[in-house]
Amino acid sequence: MAAHSIYGSYTRLKSHLMLAACFACTAGILLILVLVLGYLVSIGFRSLHWSFFTELPTGTPRNPGGMRHAIAGTGVLIFLASLVGAPIGLLAGIFLSEYSSKSPLAGPVRFTADVLAGVPSIVVGILGYELLVVPLGHYNGWAGALALAFIMIPIVARTSEEMLRLVPRSYREASIALGASRARTIFRVVIPAATGGLVTSIMLAVARIAGETAPLLFTALGSRLMTLDPNEPFPSLTKQIYDYATGPYPEQKRLAWAGLLVLISLILGVNILARIVTHRMQRHH
Amino acid sequence: MLTARREPPMVEIEDTYEVKTAPETKEAPEAAPAPDAKAPTKLKSAPVIMSLPPDPPAHVIPEPIDAKPAVFHGPVIHPELDAERHVLRVENFHLHYGKRKALHGIDMKISAGKVTAMIGPSGCGKSTLLRSCNRLNDLIDHVRVEGNICLDSQPIYARNVDVIALRKRVGMVFQKPNPFPMSIFENVVYALRIGGEKRKRTLLEACEKALRAAALWDEVHNRLHEGALGLSGGQQQRLCIARAIAADPEVLLMDEPCSALDPIATAKVEELINSLRGNYTILIVTHNMQQAARVSDFTAFMYLGKLVEYGPTSSIFGVPRHPQTEAYVSGRFG
Repeated sequence: MAAHSIYGSYTRLKSHLMLAACFACTAGILLILVLVLGYLVSIGFRSLHWSFFTELPTGTPRNPGGMRHAIAGTGVLIFLASLVGAPIGLLAGIFLSEYSSKSPLAGPVRFTADVLAGVPSIVVGILGYELLVVPLGHYNGWAGALALAFIMIPIVARTSEEMLRLVPRSYREASIALGASRARTIFRVVIPAATGGLVTSIMLAVARIAGETAPLLFTALGSRLMTLDPNEPFPSLTKQIYDYATGPYPEQKRLAWAGLLVLISLILGVNILARIVTHRMQRHH
Repeated sequence: MLTARREPPMVEIEDTYEVKTAPETKEAPEAAPAPDAKAPTKLKSAPVIMSLPPDPPAHVIPEPIDAKPAVFHGPVIHPELDAERHVLRVENFHLHYGKRKALHGIDMKISAGKVTAMIGPSGCGKSTLLRSCNRLNDLIDHVRVEGNICLDSQPIYARNVDVIALRKRVGMVFQKPNPFPMSIFENVVYALRIGGEKRKRTLLEACEKALRAAALWDEVHNRLHEGALGLSGGQQQRLCIARAIAADPEVLLMDEPCSALDPIATAKVEELINSLRGNYTILIVTHNMQQAARVSDFTAFMYLGKLVEYGPTSSIFGVPRHPQTEAYVSGRFG
């Protein structure tokens, strides 16, 4: 059998074509991202003014003021949601990572968490409406925060499970061999070693709920008033953007663009921070 | 100490195994040709091991050696062991990993205050046996055991055993140094802290005592509150030993404690083992036969989940009685 030429073979051509196709697709995705972000930044930046952070809605459409109330509202909602969602999610993550190997519950819990993480957020909104708004008789901030917490729990559970699994088994063995119980090992060795990762898992969940609108539509409803009382209808950045963007006044639309820019920067910032922490942790172990 | 180093003797490789059951059979094999075939002095069959390729890959478990079960049905236990006081007794111990059986009825007594080495090729079950002595195998799913191990004649696989109390009495040092990502001080006093000790003074004293015993005090006393992960590998391993002895155990299990260390760090750890002799009962698993010869008083040779031969280290390396032991210690397999 004659030897094949080692130059310019058909195989090599195919390989180059494949590589080119991969590059083209990657470039396409990046281009879309850059276009969206670029458009957002260019319009949003033009509309962004210091008054956005300091002023409240004025009530006159021609001069809509700022979104201080919405920023504060989103902050409070995230805080309340984290207060409920983070501990439950973390404990579920600890169960999945540390106790699940011998428990018949592990598989169903993990599956449920995965399904919950994929549930459309409007479903969570309707659920919050039925369970927390209808019984109380009016829209309120608690319902919004709990709806967000419900979205947070499966995300925190699954990511914190992964983070805890990054802690080397040898730490656990060393602690157990020194006469520590399982719970002590988890609280004294495993969790301290995974702190960065656990914070990351909460941050990722926060980034996710910060951008949610649908769960708040039927729960917190939104408000144009500055309030810190969750018993009332509660303002949020996303809902305010939605209201302004769908309204007829160009000044309000501009303000919505500015709000989008602030929101995207917030989410991007949290994600980048989480990524840095995770990366450091993986390199550490 | 390193000066007490005992070199393993060279053993001539022969085509047939000479069975050293008793000195007199060795003196006159021809003069008294034993008429009953049950006690042959020489095994005529060509040993399987000699037909192996010269350098088998490390992961290939060598073929079982034809050991003539008529002569050896069970481990060879040297009588010198009977004179010892035993702190740990392994009694007809079987262990299964799911369907795979790793230990086949081990009977072994560990002498108090002595260093006992366990040698054998990879996968022979020596680490498994070691990890059974503080019930660390409980952490692994699908592990099932039969038989028992007794610590001071108390069976540790009984139903009402407090494994936490057991592990405080039977400490362990692992193959890879595994200090916690905390300060050196917190590592050493970990066992005391989980025991509820809060007095700073007591903790500091215990820390110094353990670090001195582990010959690490002079190197770290001025940076006790720095992270333990900043230490070198050898220092980390001695820190792990300090951490284990701070819990004041009776028995110290060591699972290949030097396999991740360079020769100088290894020498220091071996020196440390020598200095701990007498105060602790040490059971050490090692792949390094020179190390077993250097540090141990007694040596157990295991093969395919069974104990093959167990006796004083000098006898195991000098005049092994079982042909498998001889083949292993002379470097013909494993």
